[in-house]
Amino acid sequence: MDASTFSLTGFAALYIFMLAAFTGYEVIAKVPAILHTPLMSGSNFVHGIVLVGAMVALGHAETPAGYIIGFIGVLLGAGNAVGGYVVTERMLEMFKSSGEKK
Amino acid sequence: MSGMLSASLLIEVSYYVAAFLFIMGLKKMSSPVTAAGGIKWAGLGMVVATAITFLYPDMHNFVLMTAAIFIGGVLAWWTGKRVAMTDMPQMIALYNGMGGGSAAAISAVELLGGRELGPVVTTLAVLGGLIGSVSFSGSIIAFGKLQGLIRKDFRFRGQNILNLVFLAAATAIGVTMIAAGAGNANGVALMFGLALVLGVTMTLPIGGADMPVVISLYNALTGLAVAFDGFVIDNAAMIIAGTVVGSAGTLLTQLMAKAMNRSLANVLFSGFGDTAGATGEVTGSMKAIEANDAAIMMAFAEKVLIVPGYGMAVAQAQHKIWEFCQLLQDRGVTVKFAIHPVAGRMPGHMNVLLAEAGVPYDIIYDEDEINAEFDTTDVALVIGANDVVNPVARSDPSSPIFGMPILNADKARNCIVVKRGQGAGFSGIENALFFLDNTRMLYGDGQAMASALIQSVKEL
Repeated sequence: MDASTFSLTGFAALYIFMLAAFTGYEVIAKVPAILHTPLMSGSNFVHGIVLVGAMVALGHAETPAGYIIGFIGVLLGAGNAVGGYVVTERMLEMFKSSGEKK
Repeated sequence: MSGMLSASLLIEVSYYVAAFLFIMGLKKMSSPVTAAGGIKWAGLGMVVATAITFLYPDMHNFVLMTAAIFIGGVLAWWTGKRVAMTDMPQMIALYNGMGGGSAAAISAVELLGGRELGPVVTTLAVLGGLIGSVSFSGSIIAFGKLQGLIRKDFRFRGQNILNLVFLAAATAIGVTMIAAGAGNANGVALMFGLALVLGVTMTLPIGGADMPVVISLYNALTGLAVAFDGFVIDNAAMIIAGTVVGSAGTLLTQLMAKAMNRSLANVLFSGFGDTAGATGEVTGSMKAIEANDAAIMMAFAEKVLIVPGYGMAVAQAQHKIWEFCQLLQDRGVTVKFAIHPVAGRMPGHMNVLLAEAGVPYDIIYDEDEINAEFDTTDVALVIGANDVVNPVARSDPSSPIFGMPILNADKARNCIVVKRGQGAGFSGIENALFFLDNTRMLYGDGQAMASALIQSVKEL
């Protein structure tokens, strides 16, 4: 586990948490209402990064229970990431201005 | 060891790049011009992060891992490509629930791993597990409700107390594990079981109209659970992405609740209609109009504002309405769409449905951008919308929808309402707009009426 070069010590992680929280708020604050649905879908896709964590958990699991739960975790995480991407892209592809239409 | 070191350096750099691409992608998604590119950048970040994770040190179970990614990915791809735009809210709920379930699974694996985690990591694993589980089962119920699989709103006396008991019990079990600094099999099974049940009992009483707010809340909660699990497995990309989504989702949830004139607490702890009874007294009568006359009225108008509601999408009338708009535009009429924040099944949903029909986004306006324009509008065409144009929200303090922001269709010189029949709206509240002197009712199916309007304008 400790082969990671940049292990996060407690306070570094807390700083990341704080700054990321403000970032998320600010990035979304300027979004026009017309994009709220694709945006919710897009942010839903972004937390699909959970897939990476599930892969690590499964990769380090050593018991049958760990294998099963880890497998389910990776499967669900992949569903979150892939499904979130597909529906968001489909929605956003449709947004065209008057100049672009047909 | 230098090979090991460079591998982990590569991993860290890749996660850093992924975190950057996620934030940049979300940033680009905040404008319709760059949004389509935004999701692609974020997608690239996901591919990079996922691929590099196979190089993570000391990992095994690669066959299981690849199989799980393949199965989950293919199923999600297949369903995501097929889902109709009208059904988008429940699919977002479903994919979000999967993320919550995945976060819960990470916590479970870590708590069951037999490692000494220490109090801080155990706390975060417990929190990630609890929140992820609630988000998982709650999102699935939300999906079931919007999909029409669960039709009833199960409400009973004391349900809030019962939920509180579930929450307290699950938390108590979590605290015992935190005190021990490690998980145990029974505790994990019981805590996750209780949290899953809590997600179900919390979501079942909530009505379909409030569901978007709940989905948005679960989206934020999943983000938070992912961030907590990022701490547990020491992964900065998860912490950043999860936290960004957690805070963005919280803001989005507040915006939605505000647009619906509900507080989040109100949505979660009481059902709409609990305050029922005040149907309001409306005087006057509804006056019908023929499609032909309505078409003439709009064809010779200077400015027409269209107020679509979800009823239009149910009738699949958006393509016809856009065809009708183009005919009006060809005659020199200014046509704009006025969208209420809750016009679809979630804020922004109507914009997606109109975009699908080919309506360019630059003639679509939000309520606060367009409301002042109704005064100078010749005809407001209301199709499939009801409560969001009901002027009692401005005038009648006793109405359940009093204070809700509405579109001022009643202030247009003329108002034409396409409606199936004479019944009251979704909330059961009589709509004063329908009884105004300058309002005409065009009774019929949305799609059929739109076709009739097209026909009439063509014959002019």
